[in-house]
Amino acid sequence: MSEKVLMKGNEAIAEAAIRAGCLHYFGYPITPQTELAAYMAKRMPKIEGGVFLQAESEIAAINMVYGVSATGKRVMTSSSSPGVSLKQEGISYIAGSDLPALIVNVQRGGPGLGGIQPSQSDYFQATKGGGHGDYHLIVLTPASVQEMADLTGLAFELADKYRMPAMLLADGTMGQMMEPVELPETKPELIDKPWALTGTGMKREHNIVNSLYLVPEQLEKTNLERYERYKLVEENEVRYESFMMDDADVCVVAFGIAARVSKNAVVEARKQGIKAGLIRPITVWPFPKKALAKAAETCKAFVSVELSMGQMIEDINLAIKCSKPVSLCNRVGGMIPSPEEVLESIKKAAGGNE
Amino acid sequence: MLKFKRVTLFCGHYGSGKTNIAVNYALWLKSAGLEVRVADMDIVNPYFRTKDSEKELGEKGIELISPQYANSNVDLPALPQELYGVFQVKDKYAVLDIGGDDRGAYALGRFAPLILEENNFDCFFVANYYRPLTRTPEEALEVMREIEKAGGVPFTGIINNSNLGDETTAGAVEATFERAAKLAEISGLPLVMTTVREDIAPEVSGENVMPLTLQKKYY
Repeated sequence: MSEKVLMKGNEAIAEAAIRAGCLHYFGYPITPQTELAAYMAKRMPKIEGGVFLQAESEIAAINMVYGVSATGKRVMTSSSSPGVSLKQEGISYIAGSDLPALIVNVQRGGPGLGGIQPSQSDYFQATKGGGHGDYHLIVLTPASVQEMADLTGLAFELADKYRMPAMLLADGTMGQMMEPVELPETKPELIDKPWALTGTGMKREHNIVNSLYLVPEQLEKTNLERYERYKLVEENEVRYESFMMDDADVCVVAFGIAARVSKNAVVEARKQGIKAGLIRPITVWPFPKKALAKAAETCKAFVSVELSMGQMIEDINLAIKCSKPVSLCNRVGGMIPSPEEVLESIKKAAGGNE
Repeated sequence: MLKFKRVTLFCGHYGSGKTNIAVNYALWLKSAGLEVRVADMDIVNPYFRTKDSEKELGEKGIELISPQYANSNVDLPALPQELYGVFQVKDKYAVLDIGGDDRGAYALGRFAPLILEENNFDCFFVANYYRPLTRTPEEALEVMREIEKAGGVPFTGIINNSNLGDETTAGAVEATFERAAKLAEISGLPLVMTTVREDIAPEVSGENVMPLTLQKKYY
């Protein structure tokens, strides 16, 4: 076991990425994500082969990611909401070229310039394809600084395995808060990437990385094949935490910072005799549909706790096929719901259906 | 016991605990019967600021000067004009919370000549050896030098604030004593105190252990 260190969420992502074998970072500063880039700027020059580059824009940064990924190297970029919007074209190209990469979004309030305080209102953008075309990202949502580190490593693994970009969907609070964290000491196992542009050595046919298909039949075939892979991801890579759900009447659904607040509210509700539980999606794509459908068999009502005007709530309704009432407990604009507000929503959900 | 100077500055690595110590230090000054002003000079950290303690400080009659946009939704790294008063009107003691690293200390540069001219200051380096980029005394010394260069005010002492957040134990604090002593030795500056969360402080051995009251969090 390695000794624990005290880290900001943003720093934990950076260090975990380096330990996952990511030696190429391209980004552009934006609050509340800047410490990630700053950490990379400090550490990368001290590592053999390490590259930190502050690009001229987010658009340039994501296209540098595209380029490095084509060579088979682990690569990442990070930003916060407005910056991630700028990256969407590049993300679509990376997805369309079947390349792995990590994109970190430490969300802030929006739309537009919005504000620098935390938010979860980029859920649609992350899970429904913020760029053009049919594609998905594997979207992981950390709820502690330890998870900021752990899910970074996992994101690289999954991205490589399924040849698709992964996103770490965090928020300003998760990026800024400090908690003890234990970082992996071992070297990551990197898989073979026979598709990578590494030079043929005159021994093989050259590889092509591209998202342009001149023949529509071929583009259709490529899309269909890609969705076969997405199906595998949905079957194998759903992750969630279930808390006090065994006998729950009210199922709270929340991720990231909202899940931390909700957990406290669930504990308080139990003290007051209300059978509440929490399902915390760790992957929001793939979404834990089966777990929610199962909960709907026994729960009376659902509460979606979000730092948005209600985005994940749509996926909850789809997962349970609108079989039970789902209410929304939310704050927006950089505000975080308090445990009392969540508890109030749990009480309403518990009482309203008796 | 602490000997208070008219101006006390807290500098250090990002996330070393400067803000919490500055707030507590101001409360110590006040409880010693001294009038005190706290100035939030952090222009790099967007969240978890001195401003979060505004109410608590206000109730104790401690004035807080912070950037106009602190804790708001805009990211304007500008300092308020009232800050000049801290240095020019010497009727109160001043506690200055400086931003992390050399980047945060640049904001101090324009006031450095006033501080040096008055020459009644302490400038403390706050160290947490559980922070990943200051794990060793040598790394901490490097950060010290960078901050001095950027801020223009020489350090006069060191505070060991080593902690692991919620998982801090007395043993974890004591495990850093050797490194703290080493930094004092290689920097030639005194170790002024060891600061520890108040519920754990009584269990920590050693001299000059000061208990810290921390801000409450609900997640």
